[in-house]
Amino acid sequence: MIECKNIAKIYKSGEIETRALHNVSFKINDGEFVAVMGPSGSGKSTLMHILGCLDTPTSGEYFLDHKDVSQLSDDELADIRMRKIGFVFQAYNLLPRATVLRNVTLPLVYAGVSGGERECRAKEALRGAAFPENFWNHYSNQLSGGMMQRVAIARAFVNNPTLILADEPTGNLDTKTGEVVLDTFQQLHVEQGRTIVLITHEPYVAEHAERIIHIRDGNIVEDGSVKHRRVVHAE
Amino acid sequence: MLGYPISIVISDILILRMKILDILQETYIALSSNKIRSGLTILGIVIGIGSVIAMVSIGQGASGQIQSSIEGLGSNLLTVMPGVIQPGRGIVSAGRGSGQTLKNDDVEALRQIAGVAYISPELQRRFQIVSLVGNNTNSTVIGATPAYAEVRNASVADGSFIAESHIRSMGRVAVLGPTVAQDLFGDSNPIGVTIRINRTNFKIIGVLQSKGSSGFFNPDDTVIVPLSTMQKILAGDSFLSTIAISVESKERMPQVQEEAAFTLAEKHRVDPQSPDFSIVSQADILGTLTQVTDTFTIFLAAVASISLVVGGIGIMNMMLTTVTERTREIGLRKAIGAKKKDIGMQFLTEAVLLTFLGGILGVLLGWIISIAVSSFAGIATEVSIQAVLLAFGVSAAIGIIFGYYPARRAASLNPIEALRYE
Repeated sequence: MIECKNIAKIYKSGEIETRALHNVSFKINDGEFVAVMGPSGSGKSTLMHILGCLDTPTSGEYFLDHKDVSQLSDDELADIRMRKIGFVFQAYNLLPRATVLRNVTLPLVYAGVSGGERECRAKEALRGAAFPENFWNHYSNQLSGGMMQRVAIARAFVNNPTLILADEPTGNLDTKTGEVVLDTFQQLHVEQGRTIVLITHEPYVAEHAERIIHIRDGNIVEDGSVKHRRVVHAE
Repeated sequence: MLGYPISIVISDILILRMKILDILQETYIALSSNKIRSGLTILGIVIGIGSVIAMVSIGQGASGQIQSSIEGLGSNLLTVMPGVIQPGRGIVSAGRGSGQTLKNDDVEALRQIAGVAYISPELQRRFQIVSLVGNNTNSTVIGATPAYAEVRNASVADGSFIAESHIRSMGRVAVLGPTVAQDLFGDSNPIGVTIRINRTNFKIIGVLQSKGSSGFFNPDDTVIVPLSTMQKILAGDSFLSTIAISVESKERMPQVQEEAAFTLAEKHRVDPQSPDFSIVSQADILGTLTQVTDTFTIFLAAVASISLVVGGIGIMNMMLTTVTERTREIGLRKAIGAKKKDIGMQFLTEAVLLTFLGGILGVLLGWIISIAVSSFAGIATEVSIQAVLLAFGVSAAIGIIFGYYPARRAASLNPIEALRYE
């Protein structure tokens, strides 16, 4: 479970202070599929960095699984990221000189999982992300964008995290491939009950989630469930 | 109760070992995906280590050769010379023959000292030597006794050496060093042939075995005649230029040297603190020459290590480029849970592996160069285990020193900025 209490973030460069987030508070329960939506400059990237434990808030508290992680050191944050967070980026960020399987096992390497178990779990994750088995040993830079993003999704949940954070996961993809990726998220959510936070500026993409948090100028302006939810594959 | 902590320890060890394997695998992938760049960077270290190994091997070969040829001049040797060797100026400046203080009866006094095995009085001068066919050479003529062969480690390859009877009868016989024999007679057998030394006829009775040059003195380029003949007929005086003493064992050398100095000082009625002669042991000569070759070796190694430092800078350059190129990858690794030390370790391992590979190839290259130098240029070389180990140590140290800064830079990257890096 995720709980943010009065989170604020101020960036200082010289004399100028920029307030990226003003007292933001919300709760996300386990198993929710939430979209954080807002235009560029709204503070959604800052929020994502804080939710992903890449950055700490200037003030306020952030509880991840009932533990306050807002004041931890760099290495402690790295440890939290390793165990509780899975990232999916707009630019995929796969290792280009490594196979699909190796890319997916990477988080397990830092978690200190043994070789045999690593492979087992990576294969399971790839199956979960509906990634075709005959491409498992291809180099990641030989794949199409949609395929790469599905590798990234498998990598994001291979270590069984509390939260999967997806930052504009369809931003580099055409609509059709984007649908496939969004479908993958929906399947993971339904089948495995994963908690997913999707960050996007596109209402169309956000409508694939169950709940949308609208953010503008560093404030939450609207928080509610999606009325006409888009489901790629109806059950 | 006991099983639980032990299993934790075991799993910790397994994780640690696995991490090392993982880091090596990452490093292998990273280095092999940029083969040309890695290869060129390694080449810098290969040349550095290779030249250090080759240069040190040449230096050590030279010192080894000098050592063995000095020992070949006679074992446990003490040399008594007239005049005083200036302290600090070494044996090179000793004015041989400058003083005329050593006489034949000094030899008898020295022979009484306990521990003396053989004693060889010698008088040497340079003379023009002419064969009757007309060839001539200028060479060192040594007046010697039969003990010369024992003390100086000399033996005849052909014919016989000076005998006691030649000394008594002031025989006009000569034993040629191989160089002189070659100069005068080429390949024909000189035994029994007559030569002229300083306008006196000598009959050749033997040819010495070759020993090789010792640097300052070539024992092959000598002619040996009976001491009495040398003193009375060729030189015309009764002094000695050298008394060579062979001591029974190495342990007795200092004692014999001390007693010989005392005996001679007493006999010459001079103050032992400022004698009119000097006694040099083989260890002194060896020490002086070793000093020279050591300086030579250090000089060569220092010149070669400049290229090693340049190679190290190459490593640093490549690692900095790599860190910049892989900024996004570093950002990703940090995002999925890599700690500072994981990232630092990975890049440090890359640098050390580069230099280590360079070290192995460099030792091989140096070895090949030293073999080539000794077989084509005829210079003795010697690749010692210490030099090889030192080269490995130095190459690993260079990896750590020059890889540390880039690795630290990679480790301290901010993950958010690294992920955004274009």
